[in-house]
Amino acid sequence: MSDSRVTWSKYSSLQALYPLAGRLIPWCAGAAVLFMAAGLYLGFFVAPTDFQQGEAYRIIFVHVPAAWMSMFLYVMMALWAGLGLGLKARPSFMMAQAIAPTGAIFTFLALLTGALWGKPTWGAWWVWDARLTSELILLFLYLGVMLLHASIDDLRRADRASALFALVGVVNVPIIYFSVRWWNTLHQGASVSMTAAPKMAATMLTAMLLMAIGFWLYSMAVILMRLRCVILERNSQPRWNQSAVEPGVKEIRA
Amino acid sequence: MTPRQKRFSLIGLGLVALGIAAALVLNAFQSNLVFFFTPTQVANGEVPKGQSFRIGGMVEAGTLQRENDGLTVHFVMSDTVKRVPVTYKGILPDLFKEGKGAVAQGKLSPEGTFVASEVLAKHDENYMPPEAAEAMAKAKAAGKQSSNTLVVTP
Repeated sequence: MSDSRVTWSKYSSLQALYPLAGRLIPWCAGAAVLFMAAGLYLGFFVAPTDFQQGEAYRIIFVHVPAAWMSMFLYVMMALWAGLGLGLKARPSFMMAQAIAPTGAIFTFLALLTGALWGKPTWGAWWVWDARLTSELILLFLYLGVMLLHASIDDLRRADRASALFALVGVVNVPIIYFSVRWWNTLHQGASVSMTAAPKMAATMLTAMLLMAIGFWLYSMAVILMRLRCVILERNSQPRWNQSAVEPGVKEIRA
Repeated sequence: MTPRQKRFSLIGLGLVALGIAAALVLNAFQSNLVFFFTPTQVANGEVPKGQSFRIGGMVEAGTLQRENDGLTVHFVMSDTVKRVPVTYKGILPDLFKEGKGAVAQGKLSPEGTFVASEVLAKHDENYMPPEAAEAMAKAKAAGKQSSNTLVVTP
């Protein structure tokens, strides 16, 4: 037990985290390309045409994985933010900071593909139903976290303030997920859930899951890249170097 | 309690309080958060009077009638309990079909007909090839709702 604890805490030091992230990035990126290629091929060339929506449904292979990632990444960001606040650990804040832009991009992608899907099927680009509105709020929450962090010069205060904001916003995630069950919405219910059998043909489901894994791996790669940038950026700050000529683990965590 | 445990329990308590607050707010605004009213709610008079609102349900099979101008349509919206006749002049979305879900925005006329200014199609969360859909339609008793999330009964 104590051995594994030592090994893990090693990666909370930035000197160890930076090269570890560097080693993981090519694997994640390569696997992401493979999974997405397989998912897109299966989705667009193998999966059958849908009985009521025809070919228009195929945007699901981008839309649903993007929407999943937008919610998953928000929870991850909030977790790291909470850990950072509780442990006063700078690497946790850096992870939260690195996740935010990728989450925002997936939220935007989910909203955009949703609009492109809504026009041919529902007959409207956008409606103010609970699912769509709460997902739009998620985009604003991501932007809020990023803007708040950018608008405060003192890094420690910026970390704490944006972490608190991220934690408060996490209440929106279950609202997005359950909105289609709690209220009447134009958006359809979940086709895939933990409790019920999937309501889609097996090939369609496989393609969608492959895309979801691909998006997840892509997120890993991009977030780790951004994490390395954040580490470099923060270590080049003059304020950082003033107090400690050789920043050890203690200073980094303080 | 160490300061670290204290911080974590503060965060936890804060999240719990926030969750309760959100639940209360959402509960209070329950009626404002629904996108449409069901025909049952219309029949019970739970809809805003003299105002525009949305009504959602299934387009009852065999009720879609088109007038000679080619644009005005009449159909009946149903939630298998109550029925509301709807009139609409305009282009219907491609997925608008009898026996499928739809959402219409408009006003209730004094005669009880819903005069729609916009009609949207609501599809369910089932995706399958046409052959599978045919097989399922044969297996399933006619008139049964294929999805239980098309209309949420509060």
